[in-house]
Amino acid sequence: MKIDCQKYGVHFKDLNDYIRNSLEKRIDLENCIGQRYIGAAISGKEIYINGTPGNALGAYLNGGKITVYGNAQDATGDTMNDGEIIVHGSVGDALGYAMRGGEIYVKGDSGYRTGIHIKEYAEKKPVIVVGGVFGSFLGEYMAGGIIVILNLNNCEIVGNFIGTGMHGGKIFIRSEKPLKNLPGQVSCNVASKEDLEEIKRYICKFSSVFSINCDIILNTNFYVLKQNEKNPYKKLYAAN
Amino acid sequence: MLIEGQVRIPSGCAVSSIFSRSGKRFSGEDIITSIEVMHDRSNGLGGGFAGYGIYPEYKEFYALHIFYDNVSAKHECEEFLEKFFDIVNLSKIPTKKVKSITDEPLIWRYFVTPLKTKLADSQLEENEYVVKQVFRVNTNIKGAYIFSSGKNMGIFKAVGFPEEVGRFYKLDEYKGYFWTAHGRYPTNTPGWWGGAHPFGLLDYSIVHNGEISSYDANRRFIEMYGYKCTLLTDTEVITYMVDYLVRRQKLSLEETAAVIAAPFWMTIENMPESERKKHEYLRNRFSSLLITGPFSILLGFEGGIMALNDRLKLRSMVVGEKDDNVYIASEECAIRVIAPVLDKLWAPKGGQPVIFTKDRI
Repeated sequence: MKIDCQKYGVHFKDLNDYIRNSLEKRIDLENCIGQRYIGAAISGKEIYINGTPGNALGAYLNGGKITVYGNAQDATGDTMNDGEIIVHGSVGDALGYAMRGGEIYVKGDSGYRTGIHIKEYAEKKPVIVVGGVFGSFLGEYMAGGIIVILNLNNCEIVGNFIGTGMHGGKIFIRSEKPLKNLPGQVSCNVASKEDLEEIKRYICKFSSVFSINCDIILNTNFYVLKQNEKNPYKKLYAAN
Repeated sequence: MLIEGQVRIPSGCAVSSIFSRSGKRFSGEDIITSIEVMHDRSNGLGGGFAGYGIYPEYKEFYALHIFYDNVSAKHECEEFLEKFFDIVNLSKIPTKKVKSITDEPLIWRYFVTPLKTKLADSQLEENEYVVKQVFRVNTNIKGAYIFSSGKNMGIFKAVGFPEEVGRFYKLDEYKGYFWTAHGRYPTNTPGWWGGAHPFGLLDYSIVHNGEISSYDANRRFIEMYGYKCTLLTDTEVITYMVDYLVRRQKLSLEETAAVIAAPFWMTIENMPESERKKHEYLRNRFSSLLITGPFSILLGFEGGIMALNDRLKLRSMVVGEKDDNVYIASEECAIRVIAPVLDKLWAPKGGQPVIFTKDRI
């Protein structure tokens, strides 16, 4: 089913009611322009979006797939539980905020606070793969799951406060140069073969979705960031 | 009812702007379309616009836009203005009935120039003289409020959704090279027209999305220099801070940004020596003018715009560029709706000032 969002003609509430009540599995949105909460909490549908979806795209997404042919705005995949979000462009701030399951693939860059507060439990393991670079506070207070930064344009990694307060999960950053300004709560090492084995299928998925050669990415240097297990919270809040 | 100045209002909001670097003038229609897309970021309790280059036929004169509660306030204010200014033109600001916009005050516009003898007697610079009289009206004349006082620019604001405010003021009939817009989302408001954004002083105008937590520290400092914060809004104090730093202290815009959204000490430590010294000086010299808390602001001035986020980037802002035009807004959709194809779209970093000025022709 095709829905033309006609510039600003369709309000997000009507649009989302339409999507939720539709019996069709595949939904194509044309001329999307800022409508919020698209696909919120739904499962089992495939939504293809042309245009610029609004904030909180796929919030609480519980399954199915959302594909954006363009950029997405802030809080994409907020508290997402399952399913897939694929963005053929860049995203704004707070991508995958408090995500607890599912996978997000972004071809371009992500903004500030990517993957903050994400967590995992049993078989639930959220994954975020970003093709470009990210803003500050990547994985802040991360408690589980995996964030992969592919840095395909080989930029210098300059984000501040990466993994501040991290106490679970892993952040992989592709970079030839060592990372600077890391907070004391994270440990940073060159990713081993076993580490890379863990993310190989997500990178391959990224490659196939965006038609980028998988081997070129895999044969380069990644750093892996984990919580620093040596009293990580010493002096975070008080001089203890 | 309590109005601004008697109660403090935290607020959310939307901002947008269109700037033509070549100085080409265009109507206010596009900026209305842009801010309308972000309708849900406002709640109908305040909207406004600033247009630059809209009064070319009066560009040598200060354009005073004034709200009056009643006719007696108008008489009193006009009597005052006549004592200090030569009024070359005055008229009601044209408006159109819009169903949702009610309780409008009397809205008047005056093109003025300071009386030569009075200006000479005051021994003040012309700008300072005008600022002084604006403050005198706003603090001393009950029911009169000057909400715009620049040359060849004007602020238009009201209680309502921004797109309704734009239509109310018939902005499609004005032409400017630069427009900013604001949609307000106060969580609790007395709903007074003067409290809407943009906030202006001389040709500076500010639209702001955020909630600054350093308000009182900033206010205490700025009030020592003759500014009176009468509205208790963040935006008012930011406007005065910018006026103080740029016009009175003669800081550049980059330096001003380095004061109000200063880099962290840990970032300063890693700077090259000369940079580090400069930033240390600015942070120490103007420590009371550091703004903390979330904000994204668009500062308008004659011939240019500066956009700035707080250093933690707790509010969103994107910049789009297409040929000579620059678009800066809270959300990408507000840019795409008027310029679907862009040469460039990017998000500034926290504390990174984005400055565009008119090309010299």
